[in-house]
Amino acid sequence: MSEEGIEVPRALASGPSAFIPAKELLIEGLNQDILVESFLSLGRVDHLTMVMALHPSYLSCFLRTQHALFELDGPLPRDWRHYVSVMAAARHHCSYMVQQHSKAFLEAGGDKSWLSGIKHAPVKLRSLHTLNKLLAHRPWLITQQHIQELVCAGAEPRWSLAELIHAVILMAHTHSLCSFVWGCGLNPEPDHIGGYAFHPPSPSHIPRSPHSPAHEDSRPELVDGAVEVEVLMKRMVELQQQQEEEECTQEEMVTRFERQRSESIPTAVVRGAPPELVLGLVEEPEFRYEDFAPRGEQSPSTMRAQDYSWEDHGFSLVQRLLPDMGQFLDEEFQVVSNLTYNRMAMHEDVDTYTLRKALWNYIHCLYGIRYDDYDYGSVNVLLERSLKVFVKTMACHPEQTTARIYHAFWRHFRHSEKVHANLIVMEARLQAALLYTLRSITAYIK
Amino acid sequence: MEKMSRVTTALGSSSITGRTMFCHLDAPANAISVCRDAAQVVVAGRNIFKIYALEEEQFVEKLNLRVGRKPSLNFSCADVMWHQMEENLLATAATNGAVVTWNLGKPSRNKQDQLFTEHKRTVNKVCFHPTEAYMLLSGSQDGFMKCFDLRKKESVSTFSGQSESVRDVQFSMKDYFTFAASFENGNVQLWDIRRPDRYERMFTAHTGPVFCCDWHPDDRGWLATGGRDKMVKVWDMTTNRAKEIYCVQTIASVARVKWRPEKKFHLATCSMMVDHNIYVWDIRRPFIPFATFEEHKDVTTGIVWRHQHDPHYLLSGSKDSTLYQHMFKDATRPVDKANPEGLCFGLMGDLAFAVNESLVSSDAGRKPYPGGDRRYPFFSFKKPNPTEQFAHVSSALSVFETDLDSSRMDWFVKTAQLYLLSGKPFTELCDHNATVAQELKRPQVRRVRTKIIIRITGTANLNVSAFSFSMKEMGPESRLERCKGESRPDNVHLDLTSFPENEETEGSDGPTEYMFGDAELDDDDLYPMEHDNQTVPEEPVYTLPPEAFQLRHEIIDNPSAPEHLQQDKADSPHVSGNEAEVACLTPIESFSLISISQPLYSPHLHASFFCPIVREMLSHYAERGDVQMAVSVLIVLGERIRKEIDDLTQEHWYMSYIDLLQRFELWNVSNDVIKLSTCSAITCLNQTSTTLHINCSNCKRPMSNKGWICDRCRQCASACAVCHHVVKGLFVWCQGCSHGGHLEHIMNWLKNNSHCPAGCGHLCEYT
Repeated sequence: MSEEGIEVPRALASGPSAFIPAKELLIEGLNQDILVESFLSLGRVDHLTMVMALHPSYLSCFLRTQHALFELDGPLPRDWRHYVSVMAAARHHCSYMVQQHSKAFLEAGGDKSWLSGIKHAPVKLRSLHTLNKLLAHRPWLITQQHIQELVCAGAEPRWSLAELIHAVILMAHTHSLCSFVWGCGLNPEPDHIGGYAFHPPSPSHIPRSPHSPAHEDSRPELVDGAVEVEVLMKRMVELQQQQEEEECTQEEMVTRFERQRSESIPTAVVRGAPPELVLGLVEEPEFRYEDFAPRGEQSPSTMRAQDYSWEDHGFSLVQRLLPDMGQFLDEEFQVVSNLTYNRMAMHEDVDTYTLRKALWNYIHCLYGIRYDDYDYGSVNVLLERSLKVFVKTMACHPEQTTARIYHAFWRHFRHSEKVHANLIVMEARLQAALLYTLRSITAYIK
Repeated sequence: MEKMSRVTTALGSSSITGRTMFCHLDAPANAISVCRDAAQVVVAGRNIFKIYALEEEQFVEKLNLRVGRKPSLNFSCADVMWHQMEENLLATAATNGAVVTWNLGKPSRNKQDQLFTEHKRTVNKVCFHPTEAYMLLSGSQDGFMKCFDLRKKESVSTFSGQSESVRDVQFSMKDYFTFAASFENGNVQLWDIRRPDRYERMFTAHTGPVFCCDWHPDDRGWLATGGRDKMVKVWDMTTNRAKEIYCVQTIASVARVKWRPEKKFHLATCSMMVDHNIYVWDIRRPFIPFATFEEHKDVTTGIVWRHQHDPHYLLSGSKDSTLYQHMFKDATRPVDKANPEGLCFGLMGDLAFAVNESLVSSDAGRKPYPGGDRRYPFFSFKKPNPTEQFAHVSSALSVFETDLDSSRMDWFVKTAQLYLLSGKPFTELCDHNATVAQELKRPQVRRVRTKIIIRITGTANLNVSAFSFSMKEMGPESRLERCKGESRPDNVHLDLTSFPENEETEGSDGPTEYMFGDAELDDDDLYPMEHDNQTVPEEPVYTLPPEAFQLRHEIIDNPSAPEHLQQDKADSPHVSGNEAEVACLTPIESFSLISISQPLYSPHLHASFFCPIVREMLSHYAERGDVQMAVSVLIVLGERIRKEIDDLTQEHWYMSYIDLLQRFELWNVSNDVIKLSTCSAITCLNQTSTTLHINCSNCKRPMSNKGWICDRCRQCASACAVCHHVVKGLFVWCQGCSHGGHLEHIMNWLKNNSHCPAGCGHLCEYT
């Protein structure tokens, strides 16, 4: 063909992820079944699935949710569902997700012009803008009024509650998935823009796979790193034992929570302009995450986990408005919170519960959700600074995740363990965003 | 006051009086509890912890237990309980995992007595032993239950539920040592307080969390549980296996359940989400609440009967920051508002009608239902107080059967099956359907079909001259049929437009002249209608006309239809007789007329001329109850007419027709209709529930993973009976013997054989 003057595109990426070497992903043979299944149902195995397949039990329930969300019966038409996801992904400049859903949108019979800019989409979809923006960056600002504007009788165009909740779940799901995509450094699919080239990459361009230098860097620190794991393990054990002995005052607990949430974790300041692809799909691109309570300011009141929880309240509401969806999400949350292989880096038989809990609660803390029965002091003990940098970047500014941040934390952990951390962040983020919205909806229908 | 005195005697010296009343709290309540003598109530929440005295006319704040400038999280209560023996003793469960006891007898402002911080997570529930002064039980989110002896500094025993969080713990009222615990994963466990190592018994009560449980105050074996699955279940625990004896389906997740004192079958519930009311159920009548309290504006979080032997006073606290005392006599009785009449049509036009007996008793001459007199007396026990039981409801059920001959629906089934809706050229379709109608003796319908042929082919003719051939061919034929079956008005408009001489021919017939000016549709229908009106009185009174069979979906967009159409029958098989004499036009004559006239009138007639008439005709048919006609014509005409009728109307027609077809179990036809319809709302019906669940033919269990291999027995489930290989792809099987295989193989096999290829001897049938 090249002789006929047609340029043949080549895939650029050397594997699904820019952070994780391809061989790490494919050796683990356990995930074969689930990959076969997802291939059969989707017709392809995309990079996202390949990386998630490191945790097959999660992947299977993730695929179920995804299927229910996009394919099964629901109040929104199929092309709309994908367009809502496109809108959501664009907020995080995630061209991977934008392209995946754009394609699906066209396959579902969507109107091509919508993809060239949000201004071509129906007013009804555009009216989701505020909610989309808040959900992505500052869900705690969502109030009853936002819901009312979309749902109340006079609203034009009017959303039904079922439609709205479907859209909300789609958006929150996509936002958190963007975190995962960025956090795992997923390479573009071969058919994506940036995923192929017509010329073989020049030699100087080759070391773009950023993991190799990082690996070399870490060698000299091997001893140091090994010690780190030991220390972490010791702390976890200590924490489990001491919890009963030490009783700290109310003030101390509050301060600890406040400290976590206002601690300044330097997330990259550089805000790259959004890629061209998503430019037309974002309104107000400058609206970003801001610390829940910037120092010295009167903070919005924290949300108490005991007052509005997923198990007691959120589930029932979703289940009521969008039957079965609550069940799927509930399963997803449960799988993530129980997922463990009882090992850490090179150690086997470790109870990682405290570590997982600390991660989960740290994310919720970043989003202003507080657990009365959790001592936020342990977050500091368990989560090293580099991990916090990664987690906060990924949860709050996912588009700024870099290979350096990814490689800086947990240097002696397996990649699969880092992906596990990614999953926890992603689900915690999803739940936090959903809780705020569902609480507003509850307040609205009251 | 008569009731009051009765209450007083029941309770001995401590008489309770009061009225429905409420007071504002400063903050949302999470739980409430009353002291034993029913004179005070404690309210606890995240930001409130107060004791109120219950006085005759109002609540009076007695004590604020929340002291200190910045109260600690120990004051943030998830639950509270007042000891039923010691009136100074309270216990609270704090959201930070502390269990706190309070001694009201303390002289200082801070009444905090003991503090146990053994739980790692939020404590959901505390419970005092009903008779023992020092025994306290707690259940926490961390999955443990702890039993405290209040004379000691720490717990005396810890019970591990081995699962997720404990949502409720309750000491049995009768068994000294037993308590029940309910869990987030849907289980309920029974423990012996002396044996912390292992539960006595466990069973799954609900899907999803069990938020609450309550032992029956009198009956030792009964435990009520409520869960997120919106159910309240009553379990008999006396048998070896916990047996579900009653089940009440509510409309929201059940947050609390409390048996009503002195009423064996009553219990009160409130919900955690969405629904703010408190319901009192009679568990024997689970479909309608016995009483409802609708005062709260936000979810009710705590309910408690004021006195353990008085069923008339209920206290409740809510997220809306109010505390209520409800008088039972002020409750709403939903049953009073319920509609005791029911009406339903059967498939073949029968009508069942259930009505309160008192209303029909005078109605003599009712034909009793052959199946016996169906009367359902629900309650017959007698008690002096009528407000304490459900109204005596007994309904009479009458079934009216339709006269078999006059309104059989056979024609519906037959036509549905025989009509061809697609797959052939337009004219043939019309032709075929006309013949079908003719065979089924529905000339009027047939007429319409033929008429349409003429119109539309005429229309086509205008645009494409090549069509004139088919027109010529069709014209005489249909004309011929028309004349045979009568229905002269059909030609009226053709004649009117271009054939004055033809009009003269027809003019010999009186009625025609009169109709000329009208829309043709009306002419067409007035005829049979007049005729029918005469026949109606002859029919038995209880006979139902078929259009009653249709759902009330018709959209009135044909205002010209006379009102008496409503009682008209959709179609009468005997129209023609009356008008037979007008079949005077000879086929030949009309043949010549039409073929000649072709070029003449085509300039005048084009699509927009016909469409309004067809549209009116269709809506007329639909309105008269014959959606079959409307939909079939709609499908056959397709694009030609679709734009003329608004989508909503079309959708209505389609929906009703499909509904009818499905009730007649004409699945194939209904599927065809769905497929051929052009409404997006209809075609998407075929997109729903497209999953086919299959069981393994070997072990009979559902196959979850792949379609051809069973995970459990590792057997290839779907082997082809002919080639014995696994079928991946199209698998066809006989529904009689369930053997089957590759589509081609079975087709080949059946060319030469009629028995099942598996050798089972079944004479397989495939459609």
